[in-house]
Amino acid sequence: MAATVATKPGKGRRKTAEDGTRPVSAKLSWRIRLRRDKSLILMTLPAVVLLLVFNYAPLFGLVTAFQYYDPLVGVWHSSWAGLDQFRMLFQDPLFWGALRNTLFLSLVQLVLFFPIPVVLALLLNTVMNERLRNFVQSVVYLPHFFSWVLTVTIFQQMLGGAGVLNQFLRQHNVGTWDFMTNPHTFALLITSQAVWKEAGWGIIVFLAALAAIDNNLYEASAVDGAGRWRRMWHITLPGLRGVIVLMLVLRLGNALTVGFEQFLIQRNAVGHSAADVLDTFSFYYGIATNNYSYGAAAGLFKSVISLLLILGANKLAHAFGEDGLYRK
Amino acid sequence: MSMATTLRLRRNPAAAAPTRAPWEEPPTAIGQAGKGVVLTVVIAAVLVPLWVVVLTSLSTTGAIGRAGGLVIWPDGLTLDAYRQMLTNDQVTRALVVSLLVTLVGTLVSMVVSVLCAYGLSRSRSMGHRIILMVLILTMFVSGGLIPTYLVVTGLGGYGQYWALILPSAVSVFNILVLRSFYSSTSAELIDAAKMDGAGDWRTLWSVVLPTSKAVTAVITLFYAVGYWNSFFNVMLYMPVDSSKWPLQYVLLEYVQQGMNMPGSVNNGFGTGHAQTAPLSLQMAVVVLTLVPILMVYPFMQKHFRTGVLTGAVKG
Repeated sequence: MAATVATKPGKGRRKTAEDGTRPVSAKLSWRIRLRRDKSLILMTLPAVVLLLVFNYAPLFGLVTAFQYYDPLVGVWHSSWAGLDQFRMLFQDPLFWGALRNTLFLSLVQLVLFFPIPVVLALLLNTVMNERLRNFVQSVVYLPHFFSWVLTVTIFQQMLGGAGVLNQFLRQHNVGTWDFMTNPHTFALLITSQAVWKEAGWGIIVFLAALAAIDNNLYEASAVDGAGRWRRMWHITLPGLRGVIVLMLVLRLGNALTVGFEQFLIQRNAVGHSAADVLDTFSFYYGIATNNYSYGAAAGLFKSVISLLLILGANKLAHAFGEDGLYRK
Repeated sequence: MSMATTLRLRRNPAAAAPTRAPWEEPPTAIGQAGKGVVLTVVIAAVLVPLWVVVLTSLSTTGAIGRAGGLVIWPDGLTLDAYRQMLTNDQVTRALVVSLLVTLVGTLVSMVVSVLCAYGLSRSRSMGHRIILMVLILTMFVSGGLIPTYLVVTGLGGYGQYWALILPSAVSVFNILVLRSFYSSTSAELIDAAKMDGAGDWRTLWSVVLPTSKAVTAVITLFYAVGYWNSFFNVMLYMPVDSSKWPLQYVLLEYVQQGMNMPGSVNNGFGTGHAQTAPLSLQMAVVVLTLVPILMVYPFMQKHFRTGVLTGAVKG
């Protein structure tokens, strides 16, 4: 570091990535550094203010979880509840139902959703024709940009009671099958909607990882007599390992987040016992019933467990020798 | 990027033929057929529903009646549904609301994000580590739904349009993507600008922004799509006043109606249930929410890799 400074004497007043090494900065008084960087700091201000108001202030709002919050008197004057809200929460069968649904849906999505983008990417990677490949990519990325309202509407028009599938079944006098309102197959419905909307977009990351694999590895192993499947097993899959672990870590860290709008839209159709998840719980039993403290307690429970999951998942990734979400 | 370059290099039709490395086995017939089937199914799964929706929105009442609901083959086309839709106050007002929220929201988000990203992109500037921590911490901890709701309503946001924009205006993820691009803007270029006497604002505007058009385009698209598609904040902050609803929420109302009365859309076409909109009108509203996305999609698509990958790999 010191050597770099010595080879680069005064290079103008302003410090940039090139010349401003830390020892120099440390020597400058904060007054000079502030004058030098004041525009940069000013630029970050709008974003920081918005985050302070809409992300950090709500963190303090979490005290409502320990209160009997009354909107008429506000946070400052509501009476304290201690852990009463949590006690009630843990005795509430509706809460356990929502937690069970969340975990179950998360598991189903992990098993049925997660492999699809990987397989699609592998498949697409073997398509030699660039034009076809680009066409497939443009088509499968598209639903990512649709709203959940639109996605659910489309599913309803295809598979709902009056949808295309049931039109066909009715015209051929086979019994109808209403996928959209059946609470028993709701997990499948939710997952297939998620696959339809997001699986295509999910392949982008894997395609990039595939493109980064050194072609010489394939050539060398082919020359050594490895067939197409052996090459996939010994070169392609190890090449994807890092990304797959990263995606698994993200999924695991978000195990309590299974989608929100999707459930709001379809709750009426399948009933609350199938469609309540932790996220919607806060909405229906907190905001919709003016029972704010109760909803906040449920939200806090979810936040804490989620944070633990994210940190735990990262530990796991590091144990596998991968970077995970952050390094070290 | 490499894929796009290869494509451009292969403009020559003779060279467009698939190139297979000499060491690679020729494809098996079964393998090719299997691949073809899977890809066809995948593409059909996306395109067929869109086709049916668009076609039904363009179909005559007679065609819908003969089809027994949604129309799969063209059989009598008309623009009636669209005419009806554009004279429907609820829909036209919602369209204007959606467009304005998307426009203003995207503008606010982009200005805030670009400034913040550039402000944090010059390494060793004062305080950038702390500010970066402030940003990143929000990705790990959040107050959750209810405290956020209390803050927004406490600031008087109930029933206000700003409540649809400001609480979600900053995406830390997007800022990090932009920042990693700006950080990699060549230091010589910035030094040159500084030598010419440009301040940080001037440098951002005339050097950094023009050299990062692709990522700016992608992030703009991400924000715009987010605003266009959002409906939950409407449910939270303005569920009562239907004159302020954006398009997605109006569509949701149509969906909910259909869901509450299963089968009513089937034979009814508005005759059985007065409040159920005719099928073609419903589908026209669906198409209306789709159109803006389909319009910008082709222009943006080539940049997706840039945007997503920086976020996923570098960020």
